[in-house]
Amino acid sequence: MNDLDHLEAEGIYIFREAFNRLDNIAMLWSLGKDSNVMLWLARKAFFGHVPFPVVHVDTERKFPEMIEFRDRKAKEWGLNLITGLCPPVEEMDPTLPPAARSAARKTVGLKWLNDKYKWTGIFAGIRRDEQAVRAKERFFSPRGETSEWDFRDQPPEFWGQFNTDFPPGTHLRIHPLLSWTEIDIWRYTQREKIPTISLYFSKNGKRYRSLGDQDITFPVDSEASTIDEIIQELTTTTVSERAGRAMDHEQEDAFERLRRAGYM
Amino acid sequence: MSAASKPHVTLSGQNPFQLVIVGHVDHGKSTFVGRLLYETGALPESKVQQIRAVSERRGQRMEWAFLLDAFQAERDQGITIDVSRIPFKTDRRQYVIIDAPGHKEFLKNMVTGAADAEGAFLMIDAKEGLQEQSRRHAYLLSLMGTHQVSVLVTKMDLINYDHAKFQKIETDIRAYLRELGFSPRAVVPIAAQGDEADNIVHRSTNMLWYTGPTVVELLDILEPRPQNEQLPLRMPVQDVYRLDERRIVAGQIETGRLAVGDTLIFSPSGKTAKINSIEGWNISYKPNEASAGQPVGFTLDQQIFVERGEIASHAIDPPILTNVFRGSIFWFNDKPLRAGDVLKMKLTTAEHMVTVQSVDEVIDTENLGGTGRNEVQRSEVAKVTLRARGLMALDEASRAPLTGRFVLVDNFRIVGGGTISMDGYPDQRDLVTKRGTNLTASVTQVDRDARWKRNGHKGAVLWMTGLSGAGKSTIAREAEKVLFLKGFNVYVLDGDNVRGGLNANLGFSPEDRAENIRRVGEVAALFADAGIICLASFISPYASDRERARTAAGDAFHEVYVRADLEVCEERDPKGLYKKARTGEIPDFTGISAPYEAPDAPQLEINTAALSIDEGVAALVAYVEQQIRLT
Repeated sequence: MNDLDHLEAEGIYIFREAFNRLDNIAMLWSLGKDSNVMLWLARKAFFGHVPFPVVHVDTERKFPEMIEFRDRKAKEWGLNLITGLCPPVEEMDPTLPPAARSAARKTVGLKWLNDKYKWTGIFAGIRRDEQAVRAKERFFSPRGETSEWDFRDQPPEFWGQFNTDFPPGTHLRIHPLLSWTEIDIWRYTQREKIPTISLYFSKNGKRYRSLGDQDITFPVDSEASTIDEIIQELTTTTVSERAGRAMDHEQEDAFERLRRAGYM
Repeated sequence: MSAASKPHVTLSGQNPFQLVIVGHVDHGKSTFVGRLLYETGALPESKVQQIRAVSERRGQRMEWAFLLDAFQAERDQGITIDVSRIPFKTDRRQYVIIDAPGHKEFLKNMVTGAADAEGAFLMIDAKEGLQEQSRRHAYLLSLMGTHQVSVLVTKMDLINYDHAKFQKIETDIRAYLRELGFSPRAVVPIAAQGDEADNIVHRSTNMLWYTGPTVVELLDILEPRPQNEQLPLRMPVQDVYRLDERRIVAGQIETGRLAVGDTLIFSPSGKTAKINSIEGWNISYKPNEASAGQPVGFTLDQQIFVERGEIASHAIDPPILTNVFRGSIFWFNDKPLRAGDVLKMKLTTAEHMVTVQSVDEVIDTENLGGTGRNEVQRSEVAKVTLRARGLMALDEASRAPLTGRFVLVDNFRIVGGGTISMDGYPDQRDLVTKRGTNLTASVTQVDRDARWKRNGHKGAVLWMTGLSGAGKSTIAREAEKVLFLKGFNVYVLDGDNVRGGLNANLGFSPEDRAENIRRVGEVAALFADAGIICLASFISPYASDRERARTAAGDAFHEVYVRADLEVCEERDPKGLYKKARTGEIPDFTGISAPYEAPDAPQLEINTAALSIDEGVAALVAYVEQQIRLT
């Protein structure tokens, strides 16, 4: 088994554990490269099926291509797609910096959906290498009743044993891609021929490395127009993946505050 | 950490080597890791500038540890709260560093980080030397099955690169690690905080007396995790899916390999079936075989009911079946662990409620001896005996490590973990599986009541259990005579009359002893059925064996505990057996080198430390008069 086989095996194992141990689960599908890999792993785990809903929290500021991709693939792959909207930015915590305030809308949008569907567990495609705070995450990460993350008192996870026993009212975030890196995602996308949104590929000297809302995500300079070229680019770049995400650069602890409040 | 920097690249398809770094809280781990990343070119210059700026803003010199301390809270407290995983590479290969925290109360995070590591660095502060926490961490590494440990002696600059002081530390730590079964490839003296890093990438000019490898040279000679494909097949069932008319048994192969056409046995249920096909999705053809580490799903040739928690293996070399085992555990619950506690145990995908039968030893990690205490406090390591109601499928960690370890759950949280050994306990597989299955009980024309009426008493098994020397056989023989004279149909079964014939082919291994008791239990049950009072006098140390004898005889079974403390029995030592056991001449001797599980609720207890033989016989006879004679 090579490194991608190991990552795939870990993801499949986590999907199967969560599906067996938890009653009411759903998967976040942001339509980005990571969540497309995550969806692929789910289909591998369940032999082509996705036995739970996939959830897209629509900020109504996504790129049109993403929405088109969503609706087309949901039909083609037989997904149970659930979408939900977000509150206007004016209703967000005014002490947060502007872009973080914008990103916080998504957290509230997800909370609304969760209040309606009462999921006990949600799969999210975060990776440790994306951001320092995410490096501290667990595969099965409990949230309290108010969705907050208590990073000081996290349950231990070892020997492939995850915490799947919880008092009533606990909500879990499950992270099948935690061990992956950005390059792993692209290598796997290439190996498995996973369909991908074209915004990741260079047009007129620019491409998106990370896709968020149109108003707070910016393309980076790049000539990479194929996955091979993207991988090549990533092996030499010293620009970080979320460089185009405005909210990461506003305040030293803005991301941590978002995440404790339930941001993915 | 940013994903963007060059060293994150994994293009070779090689699995990164997982390295854990442990040690005392102030022994400089985070600083070392920050410096290692910098020295191996793993950090983009922008990141270094950022840390430099943060350090300056706080009015401190360049603080390498800030790199890893992602949280505001940690910077303020100055200790690492959780585990970080940081990739880097040398010219030879990729690594992932697991930076485990050293603060004592954060043991659970260290375990989270270290449990899956392939190699470990133990950091020791040159000024402080070997501390209690250094020893505890080394001990935990041995419990978690880490297969190699090396040592970095940090902050050598603070002791002026003193060779003699270093040698003292090296001697101490090598001796301690040897006792744990580790032989470190190197003990490297380093300094990470100063302008020049010593012995990390570049050989130090301050310690010319040191001729061993630098840290990077050491890294590159560590051996990767051994492959598990050669071990016996173990595939714990994770789930069973019914999809498109297929019933797919899904799980991850922990060890060994399987192939289409293989006959699998599922434990503990004992059901067997052949693999019909190995399933997959988005693959061009169905594989014919699969091996350790792979998640698989397969169909079987028969519709047998298997469920999550069973372990699939080949019929040759299946896992052990038992309801009791010994665990070497680490404990990180606030509540101490005591005998009698009931916890949920998870072993791969199986879950069992287990009772702590005994806390056998709380380990003193200073000297690796026992502490004499019998409750396990937070952050301690201990040896315990755990018992479940039903049979569990498991392995000894020394044979099949991945199915020979478990975690304990209390109040919804994982509170500890450990590895399994079976010291002195038998595999119960043969006892439960080698029964004839195509036999039907012949219907007797003479019924039980008729036999009882003619005898004037019921048939019974008086199962006399107790340590060697407690007085079982003496009391049984005397009582037999008294009861016979009173007109009872009575007969004694003991080692003397079964070992020579019925059980002549059995020795004294735990398995043979268990089989000995199984046969006696069945024979005694037949005696009872024939209307006879059978006095079965056997040490029968395992509760599970006696339980089986009870099952065989049904309500005719009466457990009699012939009780005397080990000290008393050893002093009596009528056959000189204890003496031989103490010298090791007799192995697996009950009470000395094998366990005795006293009955929880015997029908009759005869305490021979307090009663004379005659009093003991009288108690037994009185019991028969009351319970077994027909009135």
